[in-house]
Amino acid sequence: MNPVTSALPAQRLESHIADSKPNYIPGDAVAEANRCLYCHDAPCVTACPTGIDIPTFIRKIGTGNLTGSARTILSANLLGYSCARVCPVEALCVGACVYNAWHRNPPIQIGRLQRFAVESVFANGSAATLLSKAAPNGKKVVCVGAGPASLACAGYLALEGCSVTLLEKRAIAGGLNVTGVAPYKMDATGALAELAYIQSLGVTIQTGVEVGKDVTPEQLLKDHDAVFVGVGLGGDSKLGIPGEAGPGVFGGVEWVEKMKLESGYALEGVRRAVVIGGGNTAIDVVRELAKLGVPDVALLYRRTEADMPGYRHELELARKEGVRLVERAVPASFVRTGDKLAAVALADGREVACDLCVVAIGQGKLGALVSSFPGVATSDKGLALGEPMTGTTGNPKVWVGGDVTGGELVVTAAQDGKRAARSIAAALGIKARENAPYLAGHR
Amino acid sequence: MADLSINFAGIQSPNPFWLASAPPTNTGDQIMRAFDAGWGGAVWKTLGDPIVDTSSRFGSIDVGNSRMVGFNNIELITDRPLEVNLREIREVKRKYPKHVVIASLMVESKEDWRDIIKRCIDAGADGLELNFGCPHGMCERGMGSAVGQEPEVLKVVAGWAVEYSTVPVLVKLTPNVGDIRVPGVAAVQAGAHGLSLINTIKSIVGVDLDKMVPYPVVGNRSTNGGYCGPAVKPIALHMVSSLGRDPRVNVPISGIGGIATWRDAAEFIAMGCTSVQVCTAVMHYGFRIVEDMIDGLSNFLDEKGMKSVNELRGKALGAYSEWGDLDLHYKVAAQIDPEKCIGCDLCYVACRDTSVFCIHTAGEELIAGHRAPTRDKAIAKATATGVHVPWVDWDECTGCNLCSLVCPVPGCITMVDDTRGKPFESWNDRIDKGTNKVPGGLRG
Repeated sequence: MNPVTSALPAQRLESHIADSKPNYIPGDAVAEANRCLYCHDAPCVTACPTGIDIPTFIRKIGTGNLTGSARTILSANLLGYSCARVCPVEALCVGACVYNAWHRNPPIQIGRLQRFAVESVFANGSAATLLSKAAPNGKKVVCVGAGPASLACAGYLALEGCSVTLLEKRAIAGGLNVTGVAPYKMDATGALAELAYIQSLGVTIQTGVEVGKDVTPEQLLKDHDAVFVGVGLGGDSKLGIPGEAGPGVFGGVEWVEKMKLESGYALEGVRRAVVIGGGNTAIDVVRELAKLGVPDVALLYRRTEADMPGYRHELELARKEGVRLVERAVPASFVRTGDKLAAVALADGREVACDLCVVAIGQGKLGALVSSFPGVATSDKGLALGEPMTGTTGNPKVWVGGDVTGGELVVTAAQDGKRAARSIAAALGIKARENAPYLAGHR
Repeated sequence: MADLSINFAGIQSPNPFWLASAPPTNTGDQIMRAFDAGWGGAVWKTLGDPIVDTSSRFGSIDVGNSRMVGFNNIELITDRPLEVNLREIREVKRKYPKHVVIASLMVESKEDWRDIIKRCIDAGADGLELNFGCPHGMCERGMGSAVGQEPEVLKVVAGWAVEYSTVPVLVKLTPNVGDIRVPGVAAVQAGAHGLSLINTIKSIVGVDLDKMVPYPVVGNRSTNGGYCGPAVKPIALHMVSSLGRDPRVNVPISGIGGIATWRDAAEFIAMGCTSVQVCTAVMHYGFRIVEDMIDGLSNFLDEKGMKSVNELRGKALGAYSEWGDLDLHYKVAAQIDPEKCIGCDLCYVACRDTSVFCIHTAGEELIAGHRAPTRDKAIAKATATGVHVPWVDWDECTGCNLCSLVCPVPGCITMVDDTRGKPFESWNDRIDKGTNKVPGGLRG
C-alpha cells in the first residue's frame, strides 16, 4: 500500500458528483482523433502553456499508437493527466482549434483525447517506464510544497537522475489537484493516480513536514544542491464583516476541501446556499452545490457580470444547472438567528437568505515563507519574484514557480516546474540528454 | 526498443520506411528534409529524358468527410535535367551516407540504360529501381507499364540493367496485369535483386459533369491517370502477398500502395515485405508522418516481444491459404449490444436486403428452439426508451460480418464464436471424401 496515495477516506461528498466528461471508449477516441486535421504549426500547440505537440499525439491515437501518444503528451507536460481534465481547454487549446473559425464542425475534444491516451498508460502499468531515465547523478534537490509546480519540477529532475524529495506540510500530498479541483472535472482518486505516477519516476514524497517549523530553510539549503519553492497560496481571504466567524460560513478552498476529503460531510438541511465571489473558484463552488442538490444556489458578485474574472463558459454551465447570479452584491454583514446563519445582508439594504455561505474571494499569499529563504524577494502583494523563463531568484540555489508566483492554472504551474527543472539541471551542470523529456514543448 | 534496421538485397537501411518515387522525391532538398524527419530511404523521382507536365494533373475522391481516400495523377517522370538530379544525388549521399537513395529510371534504348545506370552509380545511388509501372503518358511512348505488361520485354530490359549495374536492381511492377506473378517471376528470372509494387492503377478518377470532361481537367480534355492512396491498399496487399508466398520469388519485396500509418506498414511487412514505400500520405500530410510510423512500429514490436522488424516479416503469410482449405465449420454470429445501440437500424436493413434477414426488431417473435442471446435486453430497452434496438437470431445468422461493418457505433456489434466444437472440414476435404456436392444448397 502506497502511504501517499492511499490516504483518501471513505464517504466523501464529492463521490456524489458525476464526471462531466467521462473517459472515451477506444472506438470513440479513434473517431474523434480522426476528425483532427493534423494542422501544421497548429494554433492549439501555441495555445497550450506547456506546448504539447497536440496534432501528433492525436494522430497517434488515430493510428493505435497509444504508447507513443502518451509519451508525446507526458514529455511536454508530466501533469498531462490532470491537465487533460482540469485545463480550461475552451480558453486554451480547444478555443484555438481551427474548426472554431469554420463553424461547420465543433472543435476537437483535445482534453478528452489527452485523458484517453494518458489514462491508457496509467491503466496498463507502462507509465513508469514510458519516458527515458538518466542514471543517478548524485545531485540532491528538494521541492517545497507538493502541488502541481513542485510535482512537475521534481518529476523532470528525477528523470534526469537527480535525487528529489517533495516536502508537504499537510497530511496529503498533491496540492489543489487533490483538495481543490471540481469533482465533475477530476475527483481526488484521479489526482492521486497522477501522484502515484510522479512517485514512480523516483520522487520521494514526505508529508507532514512544514518548512519553518519542522525544518529550517537554512537546513534545506545546506542539505541540497537546489531548492524549488512551489508552495502555492495560503488560506482563504476573509470579507472581514460582522458575523463572518461562526457556523455555516466557509472559505472557498476550505469548503471544497471539506466536500472532497472529509469523511461523512453532508449538506443536510441546506436549502439555500450563497457563494460570494466572481472568480473560477466561486463558479466551481456554485456548480458543485447545484450538482449536490441544493435547491437554491446564488452567486453574489460585487460588480456586474461583465466584470467577473471567472470563465464565461463556466458561468453559462452554472446557469444551466439552476444557479442564479446576483450582481452588485456587496456583503455588509452576516445575519444570524442565534448561532444559525440566516442571510447575507448587502450594503444596499438587500438581504439574501441562506443556510450556507461560501466566501470564495481569493487566497492569502505565502510571502513570509518565501522570503525566509535568504535572497528571495517577494512583490508588494506577497508573491514570490522569480525570473519568468527559469524561476531563478536572488538566491542562486533557490527557484520558484506555480501559484506562489501568481499563476493560476495547473498547466501554467506544470510549465513553471518544467522551466525550473531545465534551469536547475543547467545550474547543477547536468548535461541535457538529446531525448530528455523536459526539452519537449515550449521554451 | 526493437531494431528497425533492414537489409534489402544488400542495401542497409536504418528503417523500412522509404519514400516512393513520386513528387515528394523530386529534389535533393525535399529528400534531405525527409531524412531529417526520419525516413530511412527515398526512391528518387524517375530519371530519364526530362518531360513537360500538364496543368492540372492531380485528382482525388473523397468518401464522406475523408479527403483523398483515392488519388489519381497524370504527372510524368522528372522534368529536371539529369545533370541537376545527379548533382543532388551526390550531395544527398555525401550528407546522409547512412540513408538509402535509390534512383528510379526510365529510358528507352540499351545504350540509354547503360549510360544512365553508370552515371547514377557514379553519383552514389545505393540501388536502382526500374520504372516498369507508370500507366499513363510514358507508356504511350513505349516505356513504364508498356514494359511491365510484356514479360518478355521486361526480361530483356531488366536483363540489361542487371548486366550494367554494380548495385542492387529493383523492378517496380505495374498492377495493370491479370496475374502479378507473371511479371514478378519474369523480373526474378532476369536477375532482379528485388521487386517493388504496386505502381499506380490505370484510372479515371471522375468526370466534371458541367464541362463534360473527366478529371483532372486539362483545358477541355483529360486523360487516364494512375490511381493510388488508401483505397488501393487491399489490391496492393494481395499482389505483394501473391509474390511473397510464391516459391519462385526469392528476392526481397518493397511494398507500395496506400500505406499511411505504422499499422499499414506492419501489415505489408507481415505479408512478406522487407521495406515499404509511401507517397500519397506524404502528399497529404507531409514528411512528418514518419515519426509516428517509426514510433508506432517500434512500440508494436516491443508489445509483441519482437526484437527486430525482421521477426515480423512474413508472419501472416502462412495464414493466407486457398479458399478450398478454409474451415467450413468455423462459425461466428453477430451480437448487438443493446446498451450501445442507438437505433439507426442500418444493420437491420443491410441484413434484410443483403444477407439472411436474421436481424429482427424488438417486437418480433423468436422461432421456437432458436437462440437470441440479446433479445430480452433489446426488448427491455426498446420498451423503456422507444429506441429501435434489433436483435440477432443466432440460428439464422451465417456470420457474414456485414452488420458489424455497417454499424456506426464502435464496439456495438461484435462477431462471437459459435463454432460449438465442430471439427475442421474444408472444401478440399469434402472433395476428397466425395461430399462436395450439396443438392439444394443446404448449409452445414
